Amino acid sequence: MIINSRFFNRSELMGFIALAAVLFVILPLTLDVFRLNLVAKYLTYAFVALGLVLCWGYGGILSLGQGVFFGLGGYCMAMFLKLEASSVENTKIQSTPGIPDFMDWNQITSLPLFWQPFHSLTFTILAIILVPGLFALIIGTAMFKRRVGGTYFAIITQAVAAILTILIVGQQGYTGGINGMTDLRTLKGWDIRPDHAKIILYFVEVVLLFACIGIAQFIRLTKLGRILVAMREQEDRVRFSGYSVANFKIFAFCMAAVFAAIGGAMFALNVGFMSPSFVGIVPSIEMVIYTAVGGRMSIFGAIWGAILVNFAKTSLSESFPQLWLFGLGALFIAVVLAFPNGLSGLWADYVQPRIDRLFASRKAKPGWNDNSVADGAPAE
Amino acid sequence: MLIGHQPKDFLLAVSGLTVSFDGFKAVNDLSFYVEENEIRVIIGPNGAGKTTVLDLICGKTKATSGSIQFRGKELTKMKENEIVQTGVGRKFQTPSVFEDLTVFENLEISFPRGRSVFGSLTFQRDQLVKDRVEEIAEMIFLKDKLNTYADELSHGQKQWLEIGMLLIQDPDLLMLDEPVAGMSVSERAKTAELLNRIIKNRSVLVIEHDMKFVEDIAHKVTVLHQGQILSEGTMEKVKNDPKVVEVYLGH
Repeated sequence: MIINSRFFNRSELMGFIALAAVLFVILPLTLDVFRLNLVAKYLTYAFVALGLVLCWGYGGILSLGQGVFFGLGGYCMAMFLKLEASSVENTKIQSTPGIPDFMDWNQITSLPLFWQPFHSLTFTILAIILVPGLFALIIGTAMFKRRVGGTYFAIITQAVAAILTILIVGQQGYTGGINGMTDLRTLKGWDIRPDHAKIILYFVEVVLLFACIGIAQFIRLTKLGRILVAMREQEDRVRFSGYSVANFKIFAFCMAAVFAAIGGAMFALNVGFMSPSFVGIVPSIEMVIYTAVGGRMSIFGAIWGAILVNFAKTSLSESFPQLWLFGLGALFIAVVLAFPNGLSGLWADYVQPRIDRLFASRKAKPGWNDNSVADGAPAE
Repeated sequence: MLIGHQPKDFLLAVSGLTVSFDGFKAVNDLSFYVEENEIRVIIGPNGAGKTTVLDLICGKTKATSGSIQFRGKELTKMKENEIVQTGVGRKFQTPSVFEDLTVFENLEISFPRGRSVFGSLTFQRDQLVKDRVEEIAEMIFLKDKLNTYADELSHGQKQWLEIGMLLIQDPDLLMLDEPVAGMSVSERAKTAELLNRIIKNRSVLVIEHDMKFVEDIAHKVTVLHQGQILSEGTMEKVKNDPKVVEVYLGH
């Protein structure tokens, strides 16, 4: 690693190895393809949670509109896949062959201009990053330069999520409306639906997730990471230390948006459709709950939160469909009241000390944990 | 108007400064000048507008009218972080340090390098930074606490840390809002010693209530009352001014 041996400290390294072992080895070996594909779906939310750790946990900026960016990323990917699925021969029964089926149903006779570039995969990949990134930049600049923050900012992000949902549902001919974009089939001619493709897509997603973890951890360890923490507590002191607080907030918000968008794009690929039900207010709040349950200060905690809460959601909503939402609400309240640092906080308080003691009694050799103290870095 | 006429050697020239909050003029047509290397103390009863004056200079509050010139640059039109970068440092009344960071990290953040988003991503903790942080930490009596999280410091130590965070910026004008308030007697003595050391080679603007402390350090004293200057001059002159005795020192 570029930084040096301290890129992960010991407990983070254990978290890294544990997550890698579970995602790369244990789950693929033990789950059938259907369940593995469900995990892939859960992991798309882990990208969002990762972004929220930087933006909310570190920067203190609560965004209740991450579904917007998840949706923008997802729709960009879905548009590409939908165009490929709407080739002339696939759609020859339509009155206008060669355009997506929902356009045909809505009496649109030619492909709209903003759809044209999505024939290109390169453009699509760039758009997945840049469209949400620029959108976050615009919202962030408009809000943070005017010193809008805290609850007001959270409410505005909610409003944006609501607006985008209404827009998508309302513009049925261009977006597929409430049904979303369904029947996505191939990526550059490679069928994404069969079992072996699902497995490959799962591994692609896990690799991407680890790449994003690397980026988030890198940011966390730079001075920028410490400025985010500083800003959360004493915004004025940061400002009067010569920093433009707004720029740092915009950066954190944009990073969170880009991570969420990557998750959204992977959602479209793994699940095979995209719809406005993953964009609006409720999914955006659920994303915050995953992060809170896992631990908003912990990169690995938030990822576990996304996996476990979604797992619970699937298993509980299969048996008690009515009760699930109450359960989720209760979980959120319990986490906020009883353990504000989520599962990772519980781990750090109760499990980690036991492990440390175990290690300490086994090898009482000094010298393996004091390397960071000498040059002024905190031993976290 | 005085603008354009004041002699060049004033570091800070405040002229005709007014700020009104919903019609209430917290600072009313205030003018004063601070020279290079001058220690100026602002005193006055509660609500006289002392803290507001510092807020105006550092950009926390926007002036309704008037001008603040620092080395010929108009501060009223600049953003807070730009004002800091021109060389004005501000300490707040209540200690504002980053409690979730260590003393080292607190000082490092204040080190004047890599203040842009990109700059802070590529910031390296090199020997220069470490040396400077250690030098400052020694000055503020926190050398053996570099790896302590700031929330574990005492009130006095937090005040010193904040002073240290200003020192590492090496400002030309240092503004301190009640630096010894809430300190124990021994901390107070140490702070006075610290301040006497750091005020060399820079101008300092201090708000303080402790008269003994003021007498110790002040070159010149400005007495504020209801947003206006009541009296200005040496401590000796101010102390014997009947108006000052009546509204402030008398009781």
